[in-house]
Amino acid sequence: MTARPNLPLPTLYRTMRRIRSFEERVAELYVRGLSAGSMLHLSIGEEGAAAGVCAALRPEDSFTTHHRGHGIFLARGADPNRMMAEIAGKASGYCAGKGGSMHIADMALGHLGANAIVGGGIPHVVGAGLSYRRLKQDRVSVAFFGDGAMQQGILYESMNMATLWDLPVLFVCINNQYGMGTRVDQATRSVDFTQRAAALGLATGTVDGADVEEVLTAAQPLVDGARAGRPGFLAISCYRFYGHGRMDKSPYRAADEEEAGRRRDPLAAARLALVARGLSSAAALDALDAEIAREMDASIGFAGQAPPPAPEALFRDVYADGEPAPEPLRVRLDRVLAES
Amino acid sequence: MTAAEITYRDALRQALHDAMAADDSIVVIGEEVGRYGGAYGVTKDLIGTFGAERLIDAPISEAGIVGAAVGAAMTGLRPVAELMYVDFLGLALDQLANQAAKIRTMFGGQIGVPMVLRTQGGTGRSAGAQHSQSLEAWVMHIPGLRLAMPATAADAYHLLRHSLTMPDPVVFIEHKALYARKERADLAAPVPPWGQAAIRHAGDDVTIVAYSRMVHTALDAAAQLQTSGIGAEVIDLRTLNPLDVATLRASVERTGRAVVVSEAHLTAGVAAELAARIGEECFDYLEDPVIRIAGEDVPVPVSPGLEAAAIPQPGLIVETVRRMLRR
Repeated sequence: MTARPNLPLPTLYRTMRRIRSFEERVAELYVRGLSAGSMLHLSIGEEGAAAGVCAALRPEDSFTTHHRGHGIFLARGADPNRMMAEIAGKASGYCAGKGGSMHIADMALGHLGANAIVGGGIPHVVGAGLSYRRLKQDRVSVAFFGDGAMQQGILYESMNMATLWDLPVLFVCINNQYGMGTRVDQATRSVDFTQRAAALGLATGTVDGADVEEVLTAAQPLVDGARAGRPGFLAISCYRFYGHGRMDKSPYRAADEEEAGRRRDPLAAARLALVARGLSSAAALDALDAEIAREMDASIGFAGQAPPPAPEALFRDVYADGEPAPEPLRVRLDRVLAES
Repeated sequence: MTAAEITYRDALRQALHDAMAADDSIVVIGEEVGRYGGAYGVTKDLIGTFGAERLIDAPISEAGIVGAAVGAAMTGLRPVAELMYVDFLGLALDQLANQAAKIRTMFGGQIGVPMVLRTQGGTGRSAGAQHSQSLEAWVMHIPGLRLAMPATAADAYHLLRHSLTMPDPVVFIEHKALYARKERADLAAPVPPWGQAAIRHAGDDVTIVAYSRMVHTALDAAAQLQTSGIGAEVIDLRTLNPLDVATLRASVERTGRAVVVSEAHLTAGVAAELAARIGEECFDYLEDPVIRIAGEDVPVPVSPGLEAAAIPQPGLIVETVRRMLRR
């Protein structure tokens, strides 16, 4: 690997380590029975994609993610405490405990929402692009999604509208090779995804997600192009280290395939590069890892201690405050039965 | 302003015009909304006033149109997404029901989706089974969506203006057979507030509940019943979410009988919900079961006679009320 001292590898390493460390604790949260349900999709192995693309963005830019989006949100500066509390369904979580892992969002950080419908959040960046252009705001909106969404029609509607209208939008496919248990070549004969985007007139790039610097290098011109009204598409290849969700032991994958896939580790590669280039030492990185581990351990503690939402929160935020709200079942029953 | 003749279509266009003139953040996104002026002419000439930046002609991508509107509504615009026919809702239902409707709740109240989905439905133009449906139950079933279905030109104007001030997504379903309907209306005159039903014809013998085009069908029936001395109270719901149960109760408690009229299919339809509400809320006052007169449970045929037979007609309402009253 050639030396690229102008790229912020130490920062990227830190971002990736925080993601890895957080995701390991999400798994622990589940094992300890503290998570709200089992709908937890870890992005271990995909840290290079999240850290690399987010490093190319500006703070005012916005994004949507798929259901495997913890890492992207952390790379954008999310607070692990509030994230873990949300995943645990607690009132102090980012979405007051109502969204959970798959619907986490934070307008302050430009997170327009994770989505549990494959492809569901993709058109929202088209709308954000329309807003930014009309409101004369110099912002880009990025849709992150997996290889599964490449087979969803909404992606093509969205990419077509983005190019038709020259919107400041970027589409990022984090191809971890699997849509749940279906390997990408079992879902399509067209595995070169950039061809599809290029056919619609988008600027395209493709990059190995195991090299975070390469991801940043590939993402930056596409982000800059989007900012200038030329929407882009970036395909990032990586490997989903673990199962689809926490219950999935991925019996559909061969052991040697998993072993080879887990060697495509952006975090391990960055660590080697940092030491080889003299940008850090094993001891310093161990100390950083330990510091991050403590931060993430604390997030589990925070989530565990945090109170759940109050029961009356059930009827809150269905509509805006002050608007007619749903009538609780018990209130209706009391009224109806009292009269009959 | 004084009362003048105005069509439902022109009232809608006037509402869009006035709202867009007052609020720069309003944009219209849809198929043929700009240069063409809308399949039913509702947005005709608006592009000349507001430009292509605000009358955005979209490709035939219903999910993309509604999805883009969701994203725009979250980032500072107030979009009007137009679905040319409500029948196309299936193509966009994920973006409406899973995204627009749920974002405020899922994100813990951080943000709302102040968009309006304008569309039109119903029979009356021999448009066939895929262009003539009444799918309001699909919308009414999903919490988080407001639902307006105007019957008059004045309501077309005022409910649309109000929809364009709402903090939450509004589905605004027009009726294709009403576009050319003229009425004398003073658009400057007040109408009942959003969420409140209107009594269109007073009566003490039976309450007929309707919305959209069926209000006029019910009014025809009420006029016929009047000639035989039967007083039918016709309630126009105006909005289905919120639903004005209080006005229904007050009327049915007085009349003791209720007929719910809806153009949508009978089974698991809006009429079923209304009948259940009236049954629960007014049980002690009811002299008869709440009767539903709704669209037949068949796909809407093209042939005009069959099409008309697939939806409630005034004669059936008259006959039903007479049988209920044994007069």
